[in-house]
Amino acid sequence: MRGGTRVRWAGCAVAAGLMATACGGGAGFGGPGVMTSSWSDPQNPLEPSNTNEVQGGKVLDMVFRGLKRYDPRTGKAQNMLAERIDTTDSRHFTVTVRNGWRFSNGEPVTARSFVDAWNYGASLRNNQKNAYFFGYIEGYGQVHPDSGAQTADTLSGLRVTGPRTFTVTLSQKFSSFPDTLGYVAYAPLPRTFFTDHAAWLSRPVGNGPYQIESYTKGSAMNLKRWDAYPGPDPARNVGVTLLVYTDSNTAYTDVLAGNLDLVDDVPASQLKNVETDLNGRYINTPAGILQTLAFPYYDPKWNTSGARKVRTGLSMAINRRQITETIFRGTRTPATDWTSPVLGTAGGYRPGLCGHACDYDPAQARRLIEEGGGIPGGRLTITYNADTGSHRQWVDAVCNSINNALGDDRACVGNPVGTFADFRNQITQHKMTGPFRAGWQMDYPLIQNFLQPLYYTGASSNDGKWSDKRFDRLVDRANAETAQPTAVRLFQQAEKVVRDNMAAIPLWYQNGSAGYTARLSHVALNPFSVPVYNEIKVG
Amino acid sequence: MGRYVARRLLQMVPVFIGSTLLIFLMVNVMGDPIAGLCGERACDPATAAQLKREFGLDKPLWQQYATYMGNVFTGDFGTAFNGQKVTELMGAAFPVTVRLTIVAILFEIVVGVSLGVLTGMRRGRPVDTGVLLATLVVISVPTFVTGLLLQLLLGIKWQWISPSVRYGSYDELIVPGLVLASVSLAYVTRLTRTAIAENRRSDYVRTAIAKGLPRRRVVVRHLLRNSLIPVVTFIGADIGALMGGAIATERIFNIHGVGFQLYQGILRQNTQTVVGFVTVLVLVFLVANLLVDLLYAVLDPRIRYA
Repeated sequence: MRGGTRVRWAGCAVAAGLMATACGGGAGFGGPGVMTSSWSDPQNPLEPSNTNEVQGGKVLDMVFRGLKRYDPRTGKAQNMLAERIDTTDSRHFTVTVRNGWRFSNGEPVTARSFVDAWNYGASLRNNQKNAYFFGYIEGYGQVHPDSGAQTADTLSGLRVTGPRTFTVTLSQKFSSFPDTLGYVAYAPLPRTFFTDHAAWLSRPVGNGPYQIESYTKGSAMNLKRWDAYPGPDPARNVGVTLLVYTDSNTAYTDVLAGNLDLVDDVPASQLKNVETDLNGRYINTPAGILQTLAFPYYDPKWNTSGARKVRTGLSMAINRRQITETIFRGTRTPATDWTSPVLGTAGGYRPGLCGHACDYDPAQARRLIEEGGGIPGGRLTITYNADTGSHRQWVDAVCNSINNALGDDRACVGNPVGTFADFRNQITQHKMTGPFRAGWQMDYPLIQNFLQPLYYTGASSNDGKWSDKRFDRLVDRANAETAQPTAVRLFQQAEKVVRDNMAAIPLWYQNGSAGYTARLSHVALNPFSVPVYNEIKVG
Repeated sequence: MGRYVARRLLQMVPVFIGSTLLIFLMVNVMGDPIAGLCGERACDPATAAQLKREFGLDKPLWQQYATYMGNVFTGDFGTAFNGQKVTELMGAAFPVTVRLTIVAILFEIVVGVSLGVLTGMRRGRPVDTGVLLATLVVISVPTFVTGLLLQLLLGIKWQWISPSVRYGSYDELIVPGLVLASVSLAYVTRLTRTAIAENRRSDYVRTAIAKGLPRRRVVVRHLLRNSLIPVVTFIGADIGALMGGAIATERIFNIHGVGFQLYQGILRQNTQTVVGFVTVLVLVFLVANLLVDLLYAVLDPRIRYA
């Protein structure tokens, strides 16, 4: 706040002639030990099972702790509220909740806090976007049928067996189920969430290291350290103020002027000067995001054995290294498999799994595309949304790269769609005729999350409707496997099926980036590209 | 006068219905709002169907429009996708934008008209040429360039102002207001200048001078007042444009006003927000136009309404 105060007074003198203003007083943001951070308006009400984007997730990550928590550095799932999660058959789980946890309103966290929350999230009548996360639990079909009215209010697979124990029965074997429980949709909820929903929404109450002090929808949220927090990771600052910005460029400018402490999405246009602007106070670390080009398999032209060769050829025609270096300035890394480096090799990340198919080889690209009968329809159109990110730039670069490789200036063109909403709309209505931009941000750091939701027959995010029996069988086997290394190996075999068919062209792994002022230290991003707020020190 | 106002108010009704219908249709052509609501991942079909039902999107379009207009007349503009009432969003956004507009209009009137009088009285002198050149530059440079440039210079290089708006109070809105007003300000200067230069040679000015009135009184009471009609028309139309069209300025300076809400509403395909805000903007336009027409009579005694 260097220049801010001085100028506010100067401004007031001028404004005095205009009309009475809010000079000098008013609710202040920041303060000693409190940091300010950029934010944008969450798209949905802040219910854990209804939040599937980063901005809402940012808040929930401060306000809630679940049974498990993903280590901010390694991404490994570790017990948080869970004392034990036992199973003998990967289908029936017994969860024991640790003693001594409370919500910030004093209510103890019990088995019921979890079971009620999960039942709420799964129930069709609550319109929760993350409902499908409960789809593995027995009885999901009754509380959330594909069509028609629900015939039950609660999941039959959940049973409270004691004040701190409950059992979960899944409808199929799923060995890594306990490791998915760090996802925010599985957070416990206090009674007030159900008894006074509107009040809870205007000021959510959770069990995390911060509590929400005030929330002005659409503009700011003040979070304060909760001093009685019983967990092992209390906040190391007095509080965090999230300020809604209309544009990430403005937030970045405010960090430069010392008006804002942290911007967690450095705009692409500033990347070339960010190091010098911020004097090294800039972080750029891998996040669990993979960008791919997906294909419409509902279009018979793309679902032939020739088209498989064409897809592999297209993958080899893309000069990933050049594009990530010139356009993204090292904030993306060329992808060589279909997962993400944040998983670690033990978690299933295997660099080079894609093999030569992800290398730039224009000669072989041309040959493969010719062998496959040429590009279906004669011309490649890559559909993307032009409203956010720098999608236009990279799509044009990818097309350029393909055109150069094929020696044809008109082989590939971008097809921008005005808004993201309309883009999604066209995808869900199966209107794609060629490849389209597909970004995948992981829900939890497991190889399963990079494969099953995207390529399993009929899966929730399988937008291209790809289907392969061999892949499905391998995933089923991997989910049933209790030993983690074997499960990972099976998932990797499934991934090889994706590779051999080039079901989607992997482009690059995306990093998270953030810039901050000299007031802050110990700034880091977790694998979800969310700042680890509770570890940041102020002053 | 009373009958004229009544007639004008009646004329507003079809204009209002027509323009809101157009907006409603346009927003619906953009595609299925539920796809936007669900985000990167498609909602499962059951949830999507239920959301459609709850927002009334499964009904035919004319019925949606009728229900919507019915609700609007009872003051209910519906609910945005984030669970907030649209009226609540308006309550937060319009005051800020109104303040921004007031600042901008004040700049237009004070600076624009003064410069116009100055140059109109000194036609062909260096002052006139200088100001004309300056207005040419301002008109040809897009607003977002002016905005970003001022933000960088005043906010970061010299640290005179905070580069972003936080509370939306008048003092914070001075620079954004100036940026927003800049282009219109240049037009106001040129309009005033032309009108003043023309009217300077008219009979009533010569009469006023011949009567021996002081120069100041001739300029302000006779010359300026009669020259203001085109300027008032322009400013009146500009009020509506400034309120709805401040998207670039509002984004650059982090002003959470109408432009920003509209921008976000369109990006997220939030039909309720967009239609609601545009409906209010249409009303603002209509009222501003009526006021301008009534002002003519005040400015020029030869104009009478009956």
